[in-house]
Amino acid sequence: MAPASGGKDGLVSIPALLDRNAETFATKAAYREKEFGIWQTWTWSDTREEIRNLARGLIDMGVEKGDFIAIIGSNRPHLYWSMVAAQMVGAVPVPVYQDSAADEMAYVLDHCGARFVIAEDQEQVDKVVEVQERLHQFEHLVYLDPRGLRKYDHSQLHDYRQVQQTGHDLRDKLNPELERRQSAIAYDDTCVMLYTSGTTGKPKGVVLSNRNIIETSIASSEFDSLSTGEEVLAYLPMAWVGDFIFSIGQAYWTGFCVNCPESEDTLITDLREIGPTYYFAPPRVFETQLTTVMIRMEDSTRFKKWLFDRCMAHARKVGGDILDGRPVGFGDRLKYRLGDLFIYGPLKNTLGLSRVRVGYTAGEAIGPEIFSFYRSLGINLKQLYGQTEAGVFITQQPDGEVRADTVGVPSPGVEVRIADNGEVFYRSPGVFVEYYKNPESTASTKDSEGWVATGDAGFFEPDTGHLRIIDRAKDVGKMADGSMFAPKYVENKLKFYPNILEAVVFGSGRDRCCAFINIDLSAVGNWAERNNIAYSSYQELAGHPQVMATIQEHVEEANASIAEDEMLSGCQVHRFLILHKELDADDGEMTRTRKVRRGMIADKYDDLITALYDGSNEVSTRTEVTYEDGRKGYISATLEIRDARVVPVATRKVAAE
Amino acid sequence: MLDQTEGYTTEDGRRIGGVVMEMRNITLRFGGVVAIKDISFDIREGEIRAIIGPNGAGKSSMLNVISGFYIPQEGEVLYKGAKRPQMKPYEVARQGIARTFQNIALFEGMTVLDNVMTGRLNHMKTNLFQQALWKGRAEKEEVENREVVEKVIDFLEIQNIRKTPVARLPYGLKKRVELARALAAEPSLLLLDEPMAGMNVEEKEDMSRFILDVNDEFGTTIALIEHDMGVVMDLSDRVVVMDYGQKIGDGTPDEVRSNQDVIDAYLGVAHD
Repeated sequence: MAPASGGKDGLVSIPALLDRNAETFATKAAYREKEFGIWQTWTWSDTREEIRNLARGLIDMGVEKGDFIAIIGSNRPHLYWSMVAAQMVGAVPVPVYQDSAADEMAYVLDHCGARFVIAEDQEQVDKVVEVQERLHQFEHLVYLDPRGLRKYDHSQLHDYRQVQQTGHDLRDKLNPELERRQSAIAYDDTCVMLYTSGTTGKPKGVVLSNRNIIETSIASSEFDSLSTGEEVLAYLPMAWVGDFIFSIGQAYWTGFCVNCPESEDTLITDLREIGPTYYFAPPRVFETQLTTVMIRMEDSTRFKKWLFDRCMAHARKVGGDILDGRPVGFGDRLKYRLGDLFIYGPLKNTLGLSRVRVGYTAGEAIGPEIFSFYRSLGINLKQLYGQTEAGVFITQQPDGEVRADTVGVPSPGVEVRIADNGEVFYRSPGVFVEYYKNPESTASTKDSEGWVATGDAGFFEPDTGHLRIIDRAKDVGKMADGSMFAPKYVENKLKFYPNILEAVVFGSGRDRCCAFINIDLSAVGNWAERNNIAYSSYQELAGHPQVMATIQEHVEEANASIAEDEMLSGCQVHRFLILHKELDADDGEMTRTRKVRRGMIADKYDDLITALYDGSNEVSTRTEVTYEDGRKGYISATLEIRDARVVPVATRKVAAE
Repeated sequence: MLDQTEGYTTEDGRRIGGVVMEMRNITLRFGGVVAIKDISFDIREGEIRAIIGPNGAGKSSMLNVISGFYIPQEGEVLYKGAKRPQMKPYEVARQGIARTFQNIALFEGMTVLDNVMTGRLNHMKTNLFQQALWKGRAEKEEVENREVVEKVIDFLEIQNIRKTPVARLPYGLKKRVELARALAAEPSLLLLDEPMAGMNVEEKEDMSRFILDVNDEFGTTIALIEHDMGVVMDLSDRVVVMDYGQKIGDGTPDEVRSNQDVIDAYLGVAHD
């Protein structure tokens, strides 16, 4: 083992943790993957064998210390092993978003200068081959699924299993070299490089050291007392820092089992079969699940609907309190038990959430109704606030102190301060080393004392010590009359309605706010079906007068709720339109993690914004769209613009003057 | 160009072997109607062979002759070198020929998995009694066959509908399930009757991909009927063109495309 230059018990790298796990938890399941309809299992000692075979194969292919190896694909045990094998031979794994277009992929591969790529299947191989000419450092590609690749030129292509076989055959010859490389890994060496999703500009390569990953994993595992017995379902992009911390950092530290779904489409079934105990999902997943449940309840019999509504009403009343361990009367407890027997239990089982002990959501604000729905069922869903640059955790909610509108208290080992302009800064052992080949950005994000700017504006609630995030600091602006403009705050209010999928609010520097709305096709589509309203496309449904009326009601309700907030009452939406297409990452309107790119949208739909502010009742437009295969097309539409009722705030203004 | 016994190599470097099935001067009549008139062609090992033609050209009849469902009045069918006697459909299936149907013939009430499992019927040796007891041989056999079926399900990417009753599936997916069932039989010759009929562009692309992959991955010989010219030309190695029951062209897609008779049949001839 390497000299303990830090690290708990001399465990200074992921491969070192692997060695420990293969010894301590030898026969315990480390990975499961559903393949051919059956969950295949690898124990920790199997895993070590697989990874070492691959690592020796990589050495044989010529991987050197310090090389970058890009890993592209969905969550498969073999691809997780690639990351650890890369670390074992002294290389740096760079997981890449699998749905990125060839050009985006080219940028990342070129920027890190990857000599090797490990790709899942033909789809990914094709993308790499397409941009290969532009990648001067690229040498070899290893693919996992040989299907369809038989006829490809194999001078640079290698079958994953063949590489492993070579590593197996050359074990005696290459073991000394492998041992030498693994023992040379230091605590402050790079563990992984992750590219930020790039809400603005080009993606940046965030370098995280072994120290960052391991210390963050230890602290966060202890925070929620995670144990070897946890089961997680790995389905979020491998290129996202959260997945790296959950499925590798915490999994290797505590030795719990990572389960990989059969395919993207079987996720719900797989979730139900595994029944994870530790679960992470962005708010969107919870929203979609809740929408599905509600739609199905609408379609069920009247008795079932009545029973469901009654039980849920009771759950909303006492469920959260029971979960938080607050005192609840005996009668209410008994009723809750009954509800659990008939409704909550089966429902949780259907959702695949029966066994969840710790659940997290993050990335975006979650609707209070959605949040309390899950908590009232007895699912311990909490919020955390994090960033790639922090190795995820900045703040999180401890058990028993969970609320929808805050993101919790600073995570163990993290210091947080609020700057004068409201921006949140933090400092922790998880703070990234640097942005790769980008010292300017590193310097502008992290100061000499290690404080990192989050770019988010927020404040600590004085009585609870919980952090509340208002919006991106740069998006928080001033309206023409000088009152505060926080678009995200308004958009979230709107998005909490199941019928509204996305909203984009404009108003910075103007006298009033206006909004673009995207309807949720599954929710509105179901409503249309039940009311015998025929439609052939998203565009047609979005333009339906009754849909407009419903959305108008939502906007007006949201306005009423915004008006109650003293600071932000000026942000009420005066006029809105429903967009004729869904905002899409392929069109550059959203990031791959589905955050709206405000500037991009404002430029692209300039004509629509003009119409919102010049008082016209409708506007014709033509928009370029990109299809999944990269082809481009146009859609034309005439959109109706409506005025929404706002709650007058004049009194407050007068008082302020 | 074509060597009668040795086969040939395709443009993309696939090796096509000897003749698997040969049609010799086939004529098929229904009463006074001549559906097929004196047609000869062969199907070679490992190739994708298409039969195309306008509506009513006799394509489906031809496929039914190949599958042994129709017995031609004149001419003979040679399968793997031997003259084929009159056979029942299940005997044809045992010979390693599997097919899909133009108007989907699945068990609507059964799940996708069960439907695909029926494709394995010819590979099961246990009798009804053993299967009723299930423990022992029948169990082992089911596990083995399920494994093959699961590989097909994985191959055609229908894992997410494994347990869904077929009746609930959209048309394009049903077609894929039919292909899955045919593949589960591990055929040496696969007959596809209008695999793209009624599909949208995206579904056609998917289906083409699967047909090519099947041929590439398992080396299955494929004979298909299709009236979408574009699809056929991209997909097949050799094409037979039929019109009014007669063969008017036979050769590679390029040869067929430049054949004047074929152009006339598809575009019509000016009457002057």
